[in-house]
Amino acid sequence: MDFDFTEEEKVFRKEVDEFVREELPPDWDVKTSYWPAGYGTLAQMETEFADYASEFHRKIGKKGWLSCGWPKEYGGMNSWVKNAIVDEVMSYHRAPYGGVATWISGPTIIEVGSESMKKEWLPKIANGEATFWLGYSEPNAGSDLGSLKTRAVKNGDEFIVNGQKTWGTGAHVTDYCWLLAKTDPSARKHGSATLMIVDNKTPGIDIRPIENILGIHSFNEVFFDDVRVPEENVVGEINRGFYNVMLALQYERLIMGMGAFRRVLEELIRYVKETEYNGQLLKDDPLVRNKIASIAIEIEVIYSFYWRTAWAMDQGKFSETEASVFKLFGTELSVKIACTAMEILGLYGQLERGSKWAPLLDGWASIGYLDAISGPIGAGTSEVQRDIIAIRGLGLPRD
Amino acid sequence: MNFELSEEQKMLKKTAHDFLAKKYPKDLVKKLEESHKGYSQELWKEMAELGWMALVFPEEYDGIDGSFLDLVILLEEMGYNICPSPFFSTVILGGLPILMAANEEQKKELLPRIAMGELIITLALTEPNNGLEAKSVQVKATPSNGEYVIKGTKLFVSDAHVADYILCAVRTEDASDLERGITVFLVQAKSPGVQCTLLKTLARDKQCEVIFDDVHVPKENIVGTKGQGWPIIKHTLEKAAVARSAQMVGGAQAVIDMALSYSKARVQFDRPIGSFQAVQHHFTNMWADIIGSRNLVYKAAWKISEGGLAGLESAMAKARVGEAYRRVTILGHQIFGGIGFTKEHDMHLYHRLSMAGDLSFGNVDFQREMVATELGL
Repeated sequence: MDFDFTEEEKVFRKEVDEFVREELPPDWDVKTSYWPAGYGTLAQMETEFADYASEFHRKIGKKGWLSCGWPKEYGGMNSWVKNAIVDEVMSYHRAPYGGVATWISGPTIIEVGSESMKKEWLPKIANGEATFWLGYSEPNAGSDLGSLKTRAVKNGDEFIVNGQKTWGTGAHVTDYCWLLAKTDPSARKHGSATLMIVDNKTPGIDIRPIENILGIHSFNEVFFDDVRVPEENVVGEINRGFYNVMLALQYERLIMGMGAFRRVLEELIRYVKETEYNGQLLKDDPLVRNKIASIAIEIEVIYSFYWRTAWAMDQGKFSETEASVFKLFGTELSVKIACTAMEILGLYGQLERGSKWAPLLDGWASIGYLDAISGPIGAGTSEVQRDIIAIRGLGLPRD
Repeated sequence: MNFELSEEQKMLKKTAHDFLAKKYPKDLVKKLEESHKGYSQELWKEMAELGWMALVFPEEYDGIDGSFLDLVILLEEMGYNICPSPFFSTVILGGLPILMAANEEQKKELLPRIAMGELIITLALTEPNNGLEAKSVQVKATPSNGEYVIKGTKLFVSDAHVADYILCAVRTEDASDLERGITVFLVQAKSPGVQCTLLKTLARDKQCEVIFDDVHVPKENIVGTKGQGWPIIKHTLEKAAVARSAQMVGGAQAVIDMALSYSKARVQFDRPIGSFQAVQHHFTNMWADIIGSRNLVYKAAWKISEGGLAGLESAMAKARVGEAYRRVTILGHQIFGGIGFTKEHDMHLYHRLSMAGDLSFGNVDFQREMVATELGL
């Protein structure tokens, strides 16, 4: 066993860290508010930061850091550990980079895309020139994705898409939809859908904002009204959409914003070392010490899952069950940390960004308290993860 | 990075697993736990023949030069099956501090005999109403005619009733810095004045009260340097915490394995109870608890094996496992229902040990305090 990075990985990590520190504006920390494992406050999904995010994302692309995990033949570094290093450092600094294109679309195209699709899309994705939003969920197809209703009907060398997608995180600031639509309504659930790429600018697409509980426009409901999609935009085989969605799950699982866990712990430690309450520093209160130690230990656990998952992917030993545990545990830990932060901050915790007296990077904890709710819901709820782990991982009977 | 056991480690794990399953059936475990001595001499010899007591010691002392991580893998299996024996006391609480701090003469005298299974050694540290810090060591040893005289009471001393030697941490001088002035003595367990009483513990795990009533110990029996015993104790506690955590993770794994097979076979409402989502989610929680805890234990063990400081990793592992093993056994009981509440069943063995394990070498709150300190709070 060896829990350490290689020397090369250490050098790489330092290079990424130095680059990001140099690049980001000095007031970035208090302008943005990313909370670990949350969906509501990703800077790159907010209109306010869209131009800057797009520029930053391309810079990272030029460095080759959007595609570290891809095979070398497609311009990658063949290292998911390096990919995980990049994401850890980026999320520590809340850097606006990455997304559906690099984590899901790219790897899926590599696995099942045609040669011409690979040639057309992979360089654009790796360079940060094509960004995507995820067109899976619908108003009546959430955890039960199999019951989706959006239809794509073959018409000559096109598909005509009609239906409604929801959540659509970042649909308003990205270029393309990574769409899952029903192509064979007569087939059993999982043989009935197809993945395809749809340009957001296609006539018939109507993107309407959904404001999340933080008041941020991150989600959208998106209507497709006779939207024409060229056949060459189909990803993988027709009617194999569900299987192709599952393929990308392993890559998607690593997206947790790991560095933000480390960051929130550091900020809390800094806060209790500097803040007096009832005439003593918070850090000398045994209860505060116990609470911080408790989350520090759980953060160590989530990191252990993170590096193991990345390492296992590089070894071709990816375990879906362990990755599900990682997702389940990390998102629930995010909630626990938010609650612990609020408990430690006391009355001041409720002060929101911009308020007089707002503590901890100008009201970060109150943002986290709201945002953390999203983690255990998005990308497969905690309940769905628990089902997967019990049935597929532990071999428990379905009925 | 590499998160896999080596081939040798996998082999060690399998050998240990099979040996323990065969030689320590639960009937015997229960019998040994209720017996006064608490272990089987015959099986102790067999374990020595397998090289387990020699595992972690260098070849020059008749050891087999394994790493601390190897030891942890063995202990995980001992926790899985439950293996009542003075192994933990002798190797971790006795052998490791001797290896770390004793002089060459003492090492040559003691370590080969430990490695061969010829000696049982333990550590006397805890005192009545005191914890596990330097300031907690208050029993005194006073110099007298080239010897030291120890007077005082030590508690929760594992296997002292069967030990040949007891390492005893005492105060030999009152320094303002409480980490100074502590000395570790090697005391013959049969020395006049040593009174040993077995305590009746939750897990029947053979912890003793040891009264040192003017026990004379030659100064040659100091382990390490006089007055500088605290670092020996501190590092031993660090290793003991990780080693105990490994046993506990093994125990938790046994609980989930037992409960899994039960839940697939036990039928209620015309279906196996393992098909109920409420039960399945209990299992997911147990399993997540176990694998996360195991990661921390291995990381701490790896750090110790690499020779690095592992104060933070050790405290994190012990705190996490202390909580997790208890949670796992409580859910395990929930799954077994009434049958698990019977003496005949094996669940209660693990339920007892999960609590005993948390209490030993610093419980979850103690370890969290250590973590806080390590984090600079």
